[in-house]
Amino acid sequence: MSDFIVSLIDVEKSFGKNRVVKKMNVEIKQGEFLTLLGPSGCGKTTTLRMIAGFEEASSGTIMVQGVSIEDKEPFERDVNTVFQNYALFPHMNVFDNIAYALKIKKKSKDEIARRVNEMLELVQLKGYEKRKPDELSGGQKQRVAIARALINNPKVLLLDEPLGALDLKLRKQMQVELKRLQKKLEITFVYVTHDQEEALTMSDRIAIMNEGVIEQLASPREIYERPQTKFVAGFIGESNIFDGKVIGVQDEILVVETTAGTIKVNGDGFEIGERIHVSIRPEYIELSQEPIEGFDLKGKIQDFIYMGTVIKTSIELKDKKEIKYSRFEKEDYFNEGDSINIGWNPERAVAIKAN
Amino acid sequence: MSLSKLQKRKRFGELIGMIYSIAIYTVLYIPVLVMMIFSFNDQRYNYYWNGFTTEWYSKLFSNSTVIGSLWYSIIIAVLATVISVTIATIGALGLRKYEFRGRKFINNMLFIPIIVPEIVLAVALLIIFMKVGLALGMGSILLGHCTFCIPYAVVTIKGRISGDGYSLEEASMDLGASRIQTFFNVTLPSIMPGVMSAAFLSFTLSIDDVVMSNMLAGAKNSTLPVLILSMNKSGITPDINALTTIMILVIVIAMILNNKIKNALSKRKKAEGIL
Amino acid sequence: MIQRNSFKRKTLPALAMAGPVSIWMILFVTLPMLYIIYISFMSRGVFGDVVYTFSLDSYNTLLDSTYFKVIVKSIKAASLTTLLCLLIGYPFAYYIANKPKEVASKLIMLIMIPFWTNSLMRLNSWLLLFQTSGPINKFLLFTGVTDTPLNFVYTNGLVMVGLITSMLPFAVLPMYSSIEKLSKSLLEASADLGASKRTTFFKITLPLTFPGIFSSIILVFIPSLGMYYVTDMLGGGKVLYIGNIIKNQFGAIRNWPLGAALSVLLILITGLLIFIYTRFAKIEDMEVV
Repeated sequence: MSDFIVSLIDVEKSFGKNRVVKKMNVEIKQGEFLTLLGPSGCGKTTTLRMIAGFEEASSGTIMVQGVSIEDKEPFERDVNTVFQNYALFPHMNVFDNIAYALKIKKKSKDEIARRVNEMLELVQLKGYEKRKPDELSGGQKQRVAIARALINNPKVLLLDEPLGALDLKLRKQMQVELKRLQKKLEITFVYVTHDQEEALTMSDRIAIMNEGVIEQLASPREIYERPQTKFVAGFIGESNIFDGKVIGVQDEILVVETTAGTIKVNGDGFEIGERIHVSIRPEYIELSQEPIEGFDLKGKIQDFIYMGTVIKTSIELKDKKEIKYSRFEKEDYFNEGDSINIGWNPERAVAIKAN
Repeated sequence: MSLSKLQKRKRFGELIGMIYSIAIYTVLYIPVLVMMIFSFNDQRYNYYWNGFTTEWYSKLFSNSTVIGSLWYSIIIAVLATVISVTIATIGALGLRKYEFRGRKFINNMLFIPIIVPEIVLAVALLIIFMKVGLALGMGSILLGHCTFCIPYAVVTIKGRISGDGYSLEEASMDLGASRIQTFFNVTLPSIMPGVMSAAFLSFTLSIDDVVMSNMLAGAKNSTLPVLILSMNKSGITPDINALTTIMILVIVIAMILNNKIKNALSKRKKAEGIL
Repeated sequence: MIQRNSFKRKTLPALAMAGPVSIWMILFVTLPMLYIIYISFMSRGVFGDVVYTFSLDSYNTLLDSTYFKVIVKSIKAASLTTLLCLLIGYPFAYYIANKPKEVASKLIMLIMIPFWTNSLMRLNSWLLLFQTSGPINKFLLFTGVTDTPLNFVYTNGLVMVGLITSMLPFAVLPMYSSIEKLSKSLLEASADLGASKRTTFFKITLPLTFPGIFSSIILVFIPSLGMYYVTDMLGGGKVLYIGNIIKNQFGAIRNWPLGAALSVLLILITGLLIFIYTRFAKIEDMEVV
């Protein structure tokens, strides 16, 4: 058998005329932490709900361990979900919430008690058995929801923005805990979020979704450093994106003409005359009073913004577009209103095919 | 397109639900339809269907007993609505806003006319009215109707007072409006939908009331429902069917017009908002 | 100075706003209710007047076999009405609550419209339908189900039809709003954890909508005990429930203390149900309109 635990093959989902998920193909590996990341309305939650069985795919096939599950009800699937707002049963205490799945399966009292205790230990909630959900803090509710979903030993755990309702500090703490939990249990996590930092820190692979399509599926590092589409480049982190045309190719270095001037970027497979996007992170931009070799890009310093560890500057180019530049400390020979030359190491920039 | 097993099961469930609901709506609407149909029955008493006639609709207005009790009912319903909604509107706001000793008690009292059987409240009021020597008639019926309309109106309006109502009021007073000005310019408009549905509820409760009216009526005049109840023994004549048919049509048409106007207004507002 | 200010800013508005409703409730609810309890402990004079001496006669009469039978019969009928209203109403409320919001509010409106028609005339329609020469009997004769017209008029069965069709909306509305409030993700969570639709219904939906169900019980059971005009219209004086007996004590029979004692009984039953309700839900959350 393949080592893919979940496969989505040409999966589509429409609500009325609205196509929310379009011809989606993903293969999720056994034991990996895969994140579906995208802006709201991109189809990530719908995708998750199709795997869980709460929504039915309009067409296509979803397989778990090589078996199609489209005829299985949610309660017949070996996947479990951690819900966005926890969905803890308000009329049951912590113990009964966690024990729910085992009680459904009519397990013996001893076994239930043993397993629930294991789970409580796992999520560090011993002593809270008798509490009702509305007597718990957000973080505690979150842990109960995780314990409840894990008690069945699911092959895949689906998490729908599980940390969305928590404050920043607690969220960071839970990110670390979740990741640790996932490594320890070796369960496949499919995680939905719109928080890119969360995705970058936790995931083995990230699928960036936009308008029902996966724009790129790769490791966090690759997503950050080698975005394949203009959307990904703009969505992940801060980026300056230039639209232009290739006017010269030289040993994998492309010379690109833009409305602001001429720039350089590393890239293969491009031909002269082709439309191209060039993405460069603010931290890789270099400023100089002298002309920079190969670049014909000039701008005027607009303002400095002090942000603690970094200083951000925006620079207006001659086509009135502004680009962002950031450094750890202010280089004092530039001032607001100065005209400067702009450039970068072509290897640091990313060439993206325009379509 | 072929359906999966799950989809088929869902569709089947939906079909069963639809059939079930239609059956229930049928049972709920049958009495209304029968009432309407028998208003066209060509017979002095409604024993069986004897042929179609519209004569009851023309004769109706010359039956002074029926028309008299209709007016009696309408006057009581209008007065009961005005009094109840006025007291309930300021009362709901006051009970929401101000903490005072006995507030919980008053809130509990408001539940009594809603929950305790109407006959109990009716005889209790009757005994008290007799004790203090209040003559039975329009006044006693009106007091009785207001006593059950006010609690329903308070509950309806309370449900419409939003949580951020206070900040609106504070903003209004901050901008220089007095308490009274704030009430009419800010508070009242914000709960107007609730006040309107309370008024509609009070009117329908009053005009349809049997128990209270029957117990508290004087010897001379009776409301329409009391008249109908007294006719029951000898048989209800088709002109009453004609009258109640006209009444339900008036109410339904008024509701439809009201909705149309509301929709038109909100559409116009939206259009203006876009401009 | 400070005191005057606080009077003008708080006491006066509070008095002006909460005052009228409070006075009304005390005058026309609290006092009459207390007075009827008081009267129930008085005795009846020879001419049907109230004699103001303490006695438990009325309550003793209630335990008397004739009245006791009516009370038991009433409670049985009201229980049956309530049970049937719940059984018929719950699936209906469930169906409506699972529709999209705009559709659901239209369907609820559709339940209310018939109730703007005069309630006595709606009851009368059942009489017209079921009377000896009425359409139902004609149909039964025509199809040969029966040779002679069946007698439905003034039977317990017809009273039951009248009660159920009159009370059904009061059963449906509270259950509808409690089912509608039930978060869909709880049902999904239950399914996700392996519970079948049936199990989810019994373990999640039913317990969480129980306050709504109990509201329905209160709103159907209690009025059913007192709605004498349904039995008047469809039972023709042959079927008597508590409401009829109370009404008669204040009419022809003229035994106010007995009528008062029966009223106190209804108040006690109401109080008991409300007490049970407050054990698991807040009375303010009860849907009554």
